[in-house]
Amino acid sequence: MELNPWAVVAIGLVSLVTFSLGFRSSRLASTTQDFLVARRTVRSRRNAAAVSGEYLSAASFLGVAGLVLKDGADALWYPIGFTAGYLVLMLFVAAPLRRSGAYTLPDFCEARLGSAGLRRLATATVVFIGILYLVPQFQGAGLTVHQILPSVPSWIGSALVAVLVIVNVFGGGMRAVTLVQAFQYWLKLFAIAAPTFILCVLFFSQGGVSGLGATGLSEPLPPRFTRDAVVTVETDVVLQVKDGVLLWANGRVHGTAVTGPTYWGPGDHPVDEGTELRFSSGSETPVVHPAVLDNASWLRPVTGTGDLFTTYSLIIGLFLGTMGLPHVLVRFYTNPDGKAARRTTLHVLLLLGLFYVFPILIGALSRVYAPELLVAGRTDAAVLALPLKIAPNTLGEILGAVTAAGAFAAFLSTSSGLVVSVAGVLSTDILKGRVRDFRFGTALAGGVPLALALVLRPSDISLSIGLTFALAASTFSPVLLLGIWWRKITWVGAAAGMVVGGSMVLTSIVLTTVSGYTGGWAPSFLLQPALVTVPVAFLVVVITSKATQSRVPPDTNRTRLRMHAPDRLGFIRDRDIARFGTVQEHTRLANGRHRR
Amino acid sequence: MNGPGDSPAPRPRRKKVVLADSRAPVTVLRTVVELEEQTSWAEEVVRSFIRTQFKDAVKFAIGTMLLFGALPLAFYLFPELSDVEFAGVSLPWLLLGVLPFPVLFAIGYWYNLVAERNERDFVDMVEK
Repeated sequence: MELNPWAVVAIGLVSLVTFSLGFRSSRLASTTQDFLVARRTVRSRRNAAAVSGEYLSAASFLGVAGLVLKDGADALWYPIGFTAGYLVLMLFVAAPLRRSGAYTLPDFCEARLGSAGLRRLATATVVFIGILYLVPQFQGAGLTVHQILPSVPSWIGSALVAVLVIVNVFGGGMRAVTLVQAFQYWLKLFAIAAPTFILCVLFFSQGGVSGLGATGLSEPLPPRFTRDAVVTVETDVVLQVKDGVLLWANGRVHGTAVTGPTYWGPGDHPVDEGTELRFSSGSETPVVHPAVLDNASWLRPVTGTGDLFTTYSLIIGLFLGTMGLPHVLVRFYTNPDGKAARRTTLHVLLLLGLFYVFPILIGALSRVYAPELLVAGRTDAAVLALPLKIAPNTLGEILGAVTAAGAFAAFLSTSSGLVVSVAGVLSTDILKGRVRDFRFGTALAGGVPLALALVLRPSDISLSIGLTFALAASTFSPVLLLGIWWRKITWVGAAAGMVVGGSMVLTSIVLTTVSGYTGGWAPSFLLQPALVTVPVAFLVVVITSKATQSRVPPDTNRTRLRMHAPDRLGFIRDRDIARFGTVQEHTRLANGRHRR
Repeated sequence: MNGPGDSPAPRPRRKKVVLADSRAPVTVLRTVVELEEQTSWAEEVVRSFIRTQFKDAVKFAIGTMLLFGALPLAFYLFPELSDVEFAGVSLPWLLLGVLPFPVLFAIGYWYNLVAERNERDFVDMVEK
């Protein structure tokens, strides 16, 4: 990859527009301190675009295409789960949670179960999930910058995005600005839809798979290089070869130094970091270790019982995890009432469905055009690299710039939303809630994940996001679902469920991370533990609550009435208005007058 | 002071009007108060409403889970499904890559109708 000047310009533009939109909107609205003011003025359609804009992260924009390129049909469950999470949210959570008037997840826990201790536990969990979700965003940013400016090491990209986000949130430009997030959604949709259309047209005009001499997607053979390729391996990998391939290598293979042409027979070939491999057109593609090797099994979903377990685990984790993400629920507070919250979710389902078709197509096209990504283990770069593979000219550079801009929009919007919600929780629940504390919280919420992103080895973005969803599904989803619908839940039960579910997922996260450094011995179900941890967490909540029935809060019936009564009856109350507003807003809102 | 019949336009006196507008939903107010006060009737009504909403949500959730949960098992048990092709795209890719999104939206749309109808029914019942 050489320098793509268009992409640099495009990324600069995206950052500039995001900044200026945020800055202008925050100036236009006289008291845009937070979501309180946006409330009741945001219609469900724009709100849905904002929710989707914040939600479509690096995992959606880059990760889905990368996983489709690598794992094929089994990876299609990621976009399904990312979308279906909102259906579950709509069925069980959206309207009652909005009516409860709680602003954040910890606030809901306190409102429903009346325990300050549970609130602190929930706060810690929110911070943890937020940080875990931010790490892959920053790593994705590093990957993107490295892709368009190959001479720049990837840590500079991560640091750049982290600093951008922190500065942005510091200035308050991004805060509560629904318009910016809504704009980011349409930008991302355009940035992936337009290149996909053009690339598909080019693909068919070049004669499809057969016209290129590539391996058909249903043939039982690995992908073939359609032109000569040079690949530099950037981390130690094990490459698998099916039939044997003649190549030119410079570096260390099988632990010994190699320079010159070699032949790799069928089997595994460990390759050290920094090795350069050259393949000639038409030769078979070696594939990094756990990925599927030949196209026929790539095309086929669920090839063994292990796959079956992982697939169901993924389904459970993603379907139930969405509702536990801190930056998603905060957005729902901008809805005027429960009914609008439900309608917003419906629009989100539409917008997400519209989006996810494109990364899937890009992933499949990359299997034909960019098999060298499979060699380097950099499948997450598919969306960025594909345009130049299909059209190695100015058109490709422009399309690549468009996708890079979209990817940048994804990092900016998701990380800003996350940093804002984590910093908000930190400053109000742990610190004293002054503006200074919010800034300190922001620095912490951006700095810690950045440090982790630089230290930890980047794994596939969607996989680590999958673990974050599993954590959210095993901690917050039992508390939310049972808290909203079950009369007998107690704070002891909720706390026990969160601790047990959370620590089980944490154990598997630690084990997989350690095993990633020490030879990958961890069984694959640890990567997707939700099928076990979620039912256990639910069970613990139920059993512990049953055992501590004396602690059912006395105002349970009133809280339930408020959460479920239709909006027209007027039971909706907003909690904690004073906590989140400025002095002026405080007095205005205390007088009962809201901006309409 | 003018005597009676003395002046054609006596000054209008301030009147105290109590519950003058018979069209106003007085009963709503009363039931809302009753709901707020958690009388045994109100508690029962609210509980049964929550139960209706919950049942409907669970029905939709189970339907969705069956629909999507059956897919991996079907592909596992009948691998020959992968050999079926429509317009050059294999069946699993259509079922997993394209179809879920409109289906999820349709389920959501339908549930929205049901939930809003439940809420309307509840309000109507309370207003009577």
